[in-house]
Amino acid sequence: MADHSHGSPENAVTVAKPGQGSVQKFQDPGLPPHRPRLADTDPRAEKRAERQVGVLFLISILGTLLFFFGYFFIPLDQTIGTLRLQNLLLGLGTAFAMLGIGVGIVHWAKTLMPDHEIAEDRHEIRPEADRADAEKIVGDILEESGIKRRPLIRNTLLGAGVLAIFPAIAIFRDLGPLPGDVLRQTMWDEGVRLTRDPSGTPIKASDVTIGSAFHVIPEGLNESEHKLEEKAKAVVLLMRLNPESLNPSPGREDWGYDGIVAYSKICTHVGCPVALYEQQTHHLLCPCHQSTFDLTQECKVIFGPAARPLPQLPISVDEEGYLVATSDFQEPVGPSYWERG
Amino acid sequence: MKALSQRRRHPLAAIALLLMGLLLTGGIYAVASNANEAKAQTSVSASDIEEGEKLFVANCATCHGMGAAGTEDGPSLIGVGAASVDFQVGTGRMPLQMQGPQALQKPVQFTEEQIQQMAAYVASLGAGPAIPSEELLDTSGEEVDPAAGGELFRVNCAMCHNAAAAGGALTRGKFAPTLEGVTEKHIYEAMVTGPQNMPVFSDANITPEDKQDIIAFLKIIEEQGSPGGADLGSLGPVSEGLFIWVAGLGVIIAFTVWLTSRSS
Repeated sequence: MADHSHGSPENAVTVAKPGQGSVQKFQDPGLPPHRPRLADTDPRAEKRAERQVGVLFLISILGTLLFFFGYFFIPLDQTIGTLRLQNLLLGLGTAFAMLGIGVGIVHWAKTLMPDHEIAEDRHEIRPEADRADAEKIVGDILEESGIKRRPLIRNTLLGAGVLAIFPAIAIFRDLGPLPGDVLRQTMWDEGVRLTRDPSGTPIKASDVTIGSAFHVIPEGLNESEHKLEEKAKAVVLLMRLNPESLNPSPGREDWGYDGIVAYSKICTHVGCPVALYEQQTHHLLCPCHQSTFDLTQECKVIFGPAARPLPQLPISVDEEGYLVATSDFQEPVGPSYWERG
Repeated sequence: MKALSQRRRHPLAAIALLLMGLLLTGGIYAVASNANEAKAQTSVSASDIEEGEKLFVANCATCHGMGAAGTEDGPSLIGVGAASVDFQVGTGRMPLQMQGPQALQKPVQFTEEQIQQMAAYVASLGAGPAIPSEELLDTSGEEVDPAAGGELFRVNCAMCHNAAAAGGALTRGKFAPTLEGVTEKHIYEAMVTGPQNMPVFSDANITPEDKQDIIAFLKIIEEQGSPGGADLGSLGPVSEGLFIWVAGLGVIIAFTVWLTSRSS
């Protein structure tokens, strides 16, 4: 507490004058003397400022006219050139229309309107009289409404208030239902052919040469009812590398076919499409946050914020030589979610 | 000479010198590239293969090995095809200046004739993608569909090369180059051969007609420019963010200073 006394107002404004024994208070210096502006003293400057403000408002008018000129008199003819010109005129017109008004008003206020400095004294923060007034208002309301004397009204109001909340709960419930196992399953299943994105044509294993990368969707996706929802989960990147470069873990040796492997394209971080494939380093890069997956180690994360490897789609070939999935993904694709466990 | 040396400290001297240098190098480049085009040829003879082998031994064998069998410093070129040679040498990526994350484009080191000879030699070592014919590169035909090419580009290429084909970063110092100004032939060859870390997009994946569509799309977006005006390199939030931070905030700060200053 002793420290506080150093900073108290009395100490701050008193000082011992050298050579004198007495202590003298500083006087409030007050406001600096009012300095008249050029426009206050020189009638010509005043006229000039007036003209300047007028010109600024005129610029605003011209801007609006420019906007309408661009809007009505630039015929759009399927070329980028006219579109760009119209955009330019609309943008410039709006900018000048707004800026002209804004800058004009500020300039007007700064040069011509009165600029006396005014100090406003601070009010007492919490006067007792105001407090008493507020208390009296609350008391009057309680008294005049008669809520204490009329229990019928009080209880029905309480009931109505409690019930009125329930429609909100019902509406928020419609944000659900919880995803359940929707995110666990994709369109892939045993025997579903791998097809090219976007054409939907099936891919022969012999078409996939070493170093190739195919962007793949499941067969029948283009005809499915919720195409985009299904595509968002099922997109796959198909690559072929030297079978010796792959190091499949036990139990996953037959998930690929002769060096052809298929991995989910949905990043396990926040779900961006991981499709930047480097065919020499066998890195897969996610463009959003630079998560890097190593294809030769079953898409293990070697850099970046992703927490899990990309899920692999087990594939094989059918009798006609087309690539097919042998099952769905063995784990949910994409980023983590609560129910994933 | 004396008059010239007296003006060397003139404020515009540096600019004049720079202009002269630019004009000179530009002029030489234009003449040289015209000369290259003039010598273009299509037929391949036994003597071409022989000449190509000599050039290969003199310029490429250090890394790629005798007979193009590959060494520790460079991959085998058996079976990469003529298209690969035409792309790598024709864009100046080969011969490699130095080992690094990836081969960079630089001025082309050989004449068109020499490139064709080396391509003929490498093609003679094993079957591989050939240099595309003129018909495959002609995008003026009726059946060419740039809109379909745009969709294929966004599915297959845009993740690395950027939706506006402006290029983008890859892992560990590698990058996908911009496709602006790349010739039709080199775009086609890059797709069929998969140079460096680019995956191969063989004709079984993207048919020659689809490749034509993609090239047509690239040439159209190159010609028409950005619909929204200045594209700031089409690099997205990096260049756009920098611009708005510097220019946008600059304007706001300037207005704030003006608003709070007292009129004279």
